[in-house]
Amino acid sequence: MSLDYVKFSPGFESFMPKEYRDMVEHGPFGKKTTVSQMGSFKEILEEHPMCAGCAMTLFIRLAIVAFPNPEDTITVGTAGCGRLAISQAAIPFVYGNYGDQNGVASGLSRGLRIRFGDQHKDVVVMAGDGGTADIGFQQVLHSWFRKERFTTIMLDNEVYGNTGGQESGMTTKGAVLKMAPLGKKFEKMDMVAMAKIAGCAYIATVVPNNPRRVESCIKKAVLIAREVGPTYIQAYTSCNIEYAIPTDQVMADAKTVEDDRYKFAEYVSEDAKAYLAKQYGYKEFAQKPAAAITNA
Amino acid sequence: MDDTVIIGTKNKKGQVITDPRIMMNEAPRTPSFFTGSEVIKEAVRRANVDVMVAYPITPQSEAAALCGELFAEGYIGDYFRGESEFAVMSQCAGAAFGGARVFTTTAGPGTMRAMENFPMWAGARLPIQCIVTCRGINSPLSIQPDTIEIAYLMNTGMLVWHAETAQDFYDWIIKGYMVSEEPDVHLPLALCCDGFFVTHTKDVVDLTPVDMCLPPYDPYRSPVPCMDMECPPVRMMRDPFVMKSNYISYATHASWQQEVWAAAERSRKHTISWLDGLIETEDVGADILIVSSGTAVSQGREAIRLLADEGIRAGLVKIKTLRPWPEEELLEATKHASHIIVPEFNVIGWMAKEIKATIPHSERVVAGPRVCGGMTLPPEVIVEEVKKAIGMRSGVLAGRGG
Repeated sequence: MSLDYVKFSPGFESFMPKEYRDMVEHGPFGKKTTVSQMGSFKEILEEHPMCAGCAMTLFIRLAIVAFPNPEDTITVGTAGCGRLAISQAAIPFVYGNYGDQNGVASGLSRGLRIRFGDQHKDVVVMAGDGGTADIGFQQVLHSWFRKERFTTIMLDNEVYGNTGGQESGMTTKGAVLKMAPLGKKFEKMDMVAMAKIAGCAYIATVVPNNPRRVESCIKKAVLIAREVGPTYIQAYTSCNIEYAIPTDQVMADAKTVEDDRYKFAEYVSEDAKAYLAKQYGYKEFAQKPAAAITNA
Repeated sequence: MDDTVIIGTKNKKGQVITDPRIMMNEAPRTPSFFTGSEVIKEAVRRANVDVMVAYPITPQSEAAALCGELFAEGYIGDYFRGESEFAVMSQCAGAAFGGARVFTTTAGPGTMRAMENFPMWAGARLPIQCIVTCRGINSPLSIQPDTIEIAYLMNTGMLVWHAETAQDFYDWIIKGYMVSEEPDVHLPLALCCDGFFVTHTKDVVDLTPVDMCLPPYDPYRSPVPCMDMECPPVRMMRDPFVMKSNYISYATHASWQQEVWAAAERSRKHTISWLDGLIETEDVGADILIVSSGTAVSQGREAIRLLADEGIRAGLVKIKTLRPWPEEELLEATKHASHIIVPEFNVIGWMAKEIKATIPHSERVVAGPRVCGGMTLPPEVIVEEVKKAIGMRSGVLAGRGG
């Protein structure tokens, strides 16, 4: 987990598989790559076993491209579809137990800070709606209340996709799914409100059909989590299998859902704004000169 | 990191990082009168622990809180209270994945709630130390002494040691890290004791100098890449090895499970060297042997004294490590015995079952006396069991009928 992690051992250059050589020679490590450059560099996540038309995979791909320092990033996950792709990326992935990703990330973030001091090592949790809002709920909320400094990303497909289509807490009311044979009886859980109450320093809701917005949110979330506090991104990443969305309409569905219950929203705490402005030159969060405030 | 470079230097608390063999075997000891909980604190003070995660559950709450005082004093790098034992053990895993030396404590229902983590720790080769101050796990609720949770721990892939006394506890906490962090072991350790009997009673314990501490944990001695699930023989978290039903997938997981248990076996040589053997014996030439672990051994010692008063000779085997299991040692120690009495503090008699599965002529094993639910185990009850085994009449013990 450093730039040393992605270079050839001397003398082995010509013996390494092409995939590995491509990653070393054309990968994003140590460079500033953006989603608009996709296709011109070797991505950290390329091959995966996900279903055709999976919006979650597109989102994970975009998120990983957006990591500000992929060579110093560790992802943490739990059971679910997303894990099958994340674990195949060319950066470390830690899997603990069912639903304990935010506990593992809490310990990992603290352990890395002890070991590496001021050198930033970014910890990013990516887990599904079941892993985050159901089985992992207690550890997610407590990690936020404790102000653990890492990013939590919910890959919300509104269903347990990996186990074959069961209702989750993030399923919308009335949806008929396995284990909800008469339709879901209660509302979709408002995890964004809970993130706010629990004190997350940055919260955003996104859909994958706006890559630049996804990139912007992920970058901010990861940077803020370095020093300010917990950050949370909730992404609609439809399951086209369980919700029977034709493959060629996955992006149209994302747009429909965006207009309905996934409108883009972003919350940045005042501390986070000041931090982004000071440390990373985010002009939109820079304090206006005193005179300008007076004139306002 | 080469230990020889840092030996003799000081940590941030001014403790001298000392060769562990010198610290534990040669340095002067100071007799101190402490509860078992306080002894845990004193051992951790000298163990150069990076991260401790705490959660309240009787009877380990005091020890877990005392470690918080150590953190406040600057002896532990990071410390916090988790939200449940399952969360605590996950947090410990994360810290260990990050390359930290990790310590935690739990008991009874907490052990059971955390259980999903223990085989994960072993499979991920995280050398975390978890103190288990055993208590009842039965329903209706009981907080009383009972060792039944050890039966579950023994099948997790962790190293499992069972301390008899506070002195064992003190020494084994420190020595435990030295064994479990060996590259050819690199496994978590469940260091068990009998709750209340050890944690809440005071005893004289010989402490090593407070200005000496262990060398820090070196994560680069891990046999697997830390912070990744890319364990030998392949990157096992990938889809084909998790989800697919084929021989390669089965063989991959099978070989890794075998390797985890082989690592526990490889801990023998280190454990024998540090603990002076996996078992301790007295007079194993006797026809009668009392064999057990934990405070049942202490009660066995008293029973042997009472038997001697009546002219009955009995020997003793104290089992220190349950994983690895001291099979060869037990075969040797029990070869002369006709009657092997196994006193235990649990209803199922897991220790007697293990011994029966180990030695020839297992009809020699008397699976008792057993007490549970918080009952004490008076030596007189062990004496009675011995007399029954050898066909002697014994007096009627109060309250136990004729």
